[in-house]
Order: sequence, then structure tokens, then C-alpha cells
Amino acid sequence: MTTFTDPYASSQETTEGRVYSLTGGDWDSLVTEIGATKEERVVLNMGPQHPSTHGVLRLILELEGETVTETRCGIGYLHTGIEKNTEFRNWTQGVTFVTRMDYLSPIFNETAYCLGVEKLLGITNDVTERATVIRVMMMEFNRISSHMVALGTGALELGALSPMIFAFREREKVLDVFEMISGLRMNMAYVRPGGVAQDLPQGALAKIRETIKELRHNFKDNEKLLISNSIWIKRTQGIGYLDLAGCTTLGITGPVLRSTGLAWDLRKAQPYCGYEDYQFDIPTTDTCDVYGRFLIRMQELEQSLRIIEQCVTKLEKLEGQPVMVADKKIAWPSQLSIGADGMGNSLNHIREIMGESMEALIHHFKLVTEGFRVPAGQVYTSIESPRGELGVHLVSDGGTRPYRVHFRDPSFNNLQSTAAMCEGGQIADVIAAVASIDPVMGGVDR
Amino acid sequence: MGLVVGLEEKLPSGFLLTTVEKLAGYMRKNSLWPATFGLACCAIEMMAAGAGRYDLARFGMEVFRASPRQADLMIVAGRVSNKMAPVVRQIYDQMAAPKWTIAMGACASSGGMFNNYAIVQGVDHIIPVDIYLPGCPPRPEMLMDAILKLHEQIGNEKLGPNREKIIREVEAAALAAKPTHQLKGLLT
Amino acid sequence: MSENGMFGASGSGDTSGFGGLVNTTTVIGSTQRPFGSYFDQVADDLERAYPLFSDAIEKVVVDRGELTLFIKRDRLFDVAKILRDQLKFEMCIGVSGAHYPDESGRELHAVYSLLSITRNQRIRLEVSVSDKDSHVPSLVEVWAGTNWHERETYDMFGIVFDNHPGLTRILMPDDWPGHPQRKDYPLGGIEIEYKGATIPAPSQRRSYK
Repeated sequence: MTTFTDPYASSQETTEGRVYSLTGGDWDSLVTEIGATKEERVVLNMGPQHPSTHGVLRLILELEGETVTETRCGIGYLHTGIEKNTEFRNWTQGVTFVTRMDYLSPIFNETAYCLGVEKLLGITNDVTERATVIRVMMMEFNRISSHMVALGTGALELGALSPMIFAFREREKVLDVFEMISGLRMNMAYVRPGGVAQDLPQGALAKIRETIKELRHNFKDNEKLLISNSIWIKRTQGIGYLDLAGCTTLGITGPVLRSTGLAWDLRKAQPYCGYEDYQFDIPTTDTCDVYGRFLIRMQELEQSLRIIEQCVTKLEKLEGQPVMVADKKIAWPSQLSIGADGMGNSLNHIREIMGESMEALIHHFKLVTEGFRVPAGQVYTSIESPRGELGVHLVSDGGTRPYRVHFRDPSFNNLQSTAAMCEGGQIADVIAAVASIDPVMGGVDR
Repeated sequence: MGLVVGLEEKLPSGFLLTTVEKLAGYMRKNSLWPATFGLACCAIEMMAAGAGRYDLARFGMEVFRASPRQADLMIVAGRVSNKMAPVVRQIYDQMAAPKWTIAMGACASSGGMFNNYAIVQGVDHIIPVDIYLPGCPPRPEMLMDAILKLHEQIGNEKLGPNREKIIREVEAAALAAKPTHQLKGLLT
Repeated sequence: MSENGMFGASGSGDTSGFGGLVNTTTVIGSTQRPFGSYFDQVADDLERAYPLFSDAIEKVVVDRGELTLFIKRDRLFDVAKILRDQLKFEMCIGVSGAHYPDESGRELHAVYSLLSITRNQRIRLEVSVSDKDSHVPSLVEVWAGTNWHERETYDMFGIVFDNHPGLTRILMPDDWPGHPQRKDYPLGGIEIEYKGATIPAPSQRRSYK
């Protein structure tokens, strides 16, 4: 048996065996001792794998007790090099890449990119009205599905599981519409330079109308779960404060900016895709906090439904209009249709190019493999994505492939405000603040 | 004495006979606990699989564990960047054996469409993978199918020295195999 | 610029990314007044507020309904400050980089998109520097929001933003060599070691042979 002396547990042999007497420092003296050093800093690393950081976000927090004194974000864990990849594909193929950037709002990425390509081509006004209305409708549906994930996961991260189940129920309904129209639930590559990939399938409008009715009914459940939930209110009100001056200097847009009371929405301020022809409101709050941003997202759901309803009415009138520009040097030559194994060329088109017209086959081949030429120059287009201003900076050198594609993603920019929102607050509120920015790491890191 | 032949017939009703191996496999496959580990688009479909409509709970898998120490299934859901690779490996190392991996989606399986400087060309470069699940992203049904296939695999897993033997054989075969990039032609 | 054939693809037309792709660049000339739209007003306001205007601005380009001011890098900080304080461009939307290896002496461009909520207008600033001396003044003091954007541009293109509070890599790992989105950087096939595993260059993989 080895013996050693323990400074806090001396021992002595007695007739009844060994007896230990435990000693230790007094708590009061211990606390004063630590207080005297003034170096009581805890640096806490959260993520990149953490259930509450909204994806592979890494937060480095400096703590004094429960108070956060300094916050830094570590990003780049999902950097995919998409911008570089697009430089090696033709302009149409770029859509397939950009749709995977911010994976919760694929239609917005595609539309922003296509608006840019169309501006470079100078065909902005040639895009048919039907194509534009379909784009708007898809974007607004996408806004709903994106906000649903934002609300559901935001609540989940604060410990409320039910809102997530309900939010995903609504999201599935929207995804059903996406699947019906584009053939895919996510990453659709449905919007193409010059229009959209294909027209709506038969009976789509009836299904959409039914979905609108269901969604409007179901949104009430989500409201009931959270809006006046006292725990939710206590966790979110007055948390993550960022005022207008902070927003402008940090370049923050979207619901975070609108929670300061400024009704800045590119759909109204600098309309694109004919948004000036739709009736809708821009919800704002003036609380500058997490709860305000949550309310804005809830109200935007209803506004999106309003826009979709107007789209459906417009689409009825535009039945039969083409959904691609007339210029055959730009329009994808094939007629796509949804087959048993997903979307592909329609059989009629294959019959024509393979059996009847060699010129059509050559044209198809050249356009698909090489793509169209885009005149040299640079453009910046921006649209209002669910998270704020989504900008695309495109540079063309006159070739068939992009020279430079840069996405100014709202999540990337807005995530900079984490420090401003969290420092000085409690550690538990960091989660609420980050959730209210709703960063999607696919968009942040691209 | 040795084994009593015809033991089954002498047992009262309500008894099942099986091997220890199969019993362990049965237990393991029905209580898989996946780690909460989402990377990109596929993670959203993974969440959808856990939510109401697809309801992964039907297969006893609704408990996504936040800590890798308590999980035995890692679903690599999305593209793994070179910056993320050491983190993925660390999480895998933190999980207690026996553990399994599903490479969910094209990016995790092979790098997918992102054949570039940033993305690991298949997560099997850094961790062993049991199931490769194609799709971009795979639908929740596909994920559930992959999980059921994995259940089957786990149910038939060997124990003890047999398992060690298999692991050694697989490793030896993998080391002896020609790397993919040295293969010539399309089908060889 | 000459066009070949109907679609004008030069070279092999290979879009896989590994066919030795060579890009040519085109420089767009400057625009003379009147610029049209609200651009004249912006230029007038800037000239009034900044007497050194003609010295600071290399050229003005109006293309596809967008105004680009090419600014000498020494004047960038002053011009930015005036744009923010006097012309009410409250927001810098972002910084993007571009690499033009053919433009000798001005290979690297930093492109800033500015937004004025008050005026509801947008303009763009562009600064070009040479590869050897790739220093640009940082605008973090003017718009704090450019912080991460400048870090990203540094990470991807190697443009050094002077006086930036912490110019480090943001998207790539800290010890990554090179700046991946420059034109002279390959798309893939970067050697990375993972405990004995090798990832060959994409061009060395069988599907591209």
C-alpha cells in the first residue's frame, strides 16, 4: 500500500482504523482570492458543431460569469467555392450552382442571378409577363418556407419543440407546391436566364389555391403557440438590441432592419419583377429586438400569401403565354417536362431533333454544351430575400461563361451584428439573438 | 454434457432462442441514436425526416443527440469543406463504438458537383462510411430507406473475435486495393 | 472583339473546368457627360463636396443603367467619407473582388456597392491595384459593415486592406496557402493531407481522362 499526504485530507491511525480529517479553504476567502486576480475570463467555444448555433457557425464567447463580454464569429466551415465553380460553367449552368448557396431560399438565389444575366444580355424587358409572375409566386412561396424554418428552428434552439413540428408541417405543404411545379423539393434550378424552366403543370393553380387556404388556416396555430407565450416573450423581448444607426453602419437589411421601424424593403423601394403592381404591406416593429423580428416574420407570411393570391389571378389571365424569351439563341431549346424519373426533355422534342431536323439537333447541342454569349460588362442586381438584400455582382468578358460571380449574401453581412447584439448580455440570449438574424450558413460561406 | 438436441421442443411457450450475436444486433439496430450533425442542404431534409410528416420516430430514432458522446450514428448531411474536415473527424472520434456513418447526399459521398478547392471529395477520405446515400438532396424517404438498410446491416453484425477478424480483413483489403485515381478506363 | 460562329465559344468549349480554360478580358471605356438618370446629380454633388474630384476619379462608367466611379486608391478613403457624410450613402452593401491578369499594373479590382436609403440610389466604386502592390485603404472606419467583406476579398484575392482592424482569412482555413478565387489559382486538385489519404487533382481522375 502506498501512502501519500493529501493537503486537504490529513489522516491519523486510530484503534478503529484510519481516520481522515477533511480540510479546505473557506468559500469566502476563495471568492476574494479569485476576485483579487481580476483575470477571471472564460473563453467559451461554441460550435462549429453545436445544436443551437443554426448550422456550422462557430461562436467564440468571452464570459464573465453568465455575462458575455466579447463575441467573435468563426465562419467558413461550409465554404464551398461556388463562386469559382460558376466561372467554369456556362451562364445557364450557373443557376444550378447558385441555387445551392443559401439552401433555404433557392428561388431567390436563382432569380437574383438570372436578373443579373438578363441585365447583362439586355433582355430584361423581353422576359414574358407569365414567366415573371411565376417567379414572383415561387419567390413568395419560398419566403414562406424559409420563414417557417427560421421560426421553427429559432424556437427549437430556445427549447420549444412543438413550433418546429408545426412549422415543418407548413413547410412541407409549400415544398409540395415546389415539387409539383419544378419537380424538386429543394435546389430546383427552376428559374433560368430568360424565363423559367417550364410552364406550370395542369391543375397547378387549383392546387395552389387550396394550399393558400390551408396555410392561412394553419398559420393561426403557429401564432397561438408563440405570440403570447409568456416564456417565448421573456426569452425574446428586449434581447438582441440593434438600432437603426447600428443597422446602417453594419449594412444590415431584412427583418433585422425592419425591426427598427424603417420600412425598407426592396420590393417597394426599388421594385423588380413587377412588384410595383402588387398590393402588399411591409410589416415593421420599432422594438429593435428578437421579438420584433419574430413578429415581422409572422406578418410577412400573411403578406406573402396575399401576393401569391394576386399571382394566381394574374396567371389565370396569362394562360397560354410562353414562359421563356422568344430569342432562340438564349432560350433553352428543349421543351422540358416532368417524366416518371424526374424532369427532362419532352419526348416530342427528342423525336423532332433526332428524327426530323438536323439543324435543330445542332442548335440544341451547341446551346446546351457551349451556351450563349453574354456581352462584356458588369452589373449588380439585388432583390429582397427572406433575410435581406441579396445582391449579385456579375462580370462578363463577353464569353459563354461568367468571368466573376459574387453573391452578397444577407446572412453573411447580417451575421456581423452578432457582437453588437450579444455583448453585455447573458449567454443564453446569444442563441436568441443569432436565431433572430436567421443566418443560413450555406449563404454565409457559399 | 454438451448441447441438448431438441431443446426448443422442451421449452414452455413464451421463450425465444437465438444467438447472443443476433440478440445484440437486434438491440443495437432498434435504438440507434443519431448525432445532431447537420452541414448544408441535406441537414434540412434530415430535419424534415425527423418532423411530423415523415416521422423518423417510427423507427425508434427520434432522439437526435446533441452530444456525440451519446450518439452511435453519424449522418454526414451535406458538403464537408476542408476547414470542416478536422471537426468532422473529431466528432467521429468522440462517438463511442460501435458507431456507424451514413454519407447523406452526393457531396458527402463523393464531393458531388463541387469538384473544387474547398470541398473534401467524399467524406470517406476522413472517416469510414457504412452507407452512401445519393441525391441532391435525398428526399426524407431516401434517408429513411438508407437508415433501414443500415439497420439490416447492424442486425447481422458479428461480435467479439469474429468482428475483429472481419475488421482486419476489410482493412487489409482496403489497403491492398488500387486507389480509384489509379484505375484506368471507365468500368475497371 | 470578334465573334466566331453562332455561339462564339472559343477553345474547346469544355465546361468541365479542367480543359485548360483561358479567359480574355475586355476593358470598357469611360463615359462622358451627360450620364443620364440620377447619375449627373450624384457626380455634381460629389464635385461640389469634393474639390479634388477630377484628381481622384480615374474615369466614370455608365453601363446598363449603373454608375461606376473608378477611384484612385489614395483618394478612396476621402471620397468614401464624403459619400457617406455629405451625399448620404449610408450603407456599403458589400465588397467584391475581381482578378484581371491581363490588365498589367491593375490586375486586382475591389468593387464597392453603395446604397443610399435617403436618396434611394445606388452607385458603385471600383479601385484597381497591381498584383505586386495590392494595398487598398480599408473602409471599415467609414462603414463598419465592410469588415467581413474586406476580409473575404483578402481571403479570395489577396488584396490587402490597410488599417483594417483584423485582416485575417475568413472563409478558408487560417493556414491555407494562396488566394483561391484568383484566375491563376486552379479550380481543384489542391494537395491536402488527411492521415495517409490522398486526393488527386480532378484532371488526374479517370472520368476526366
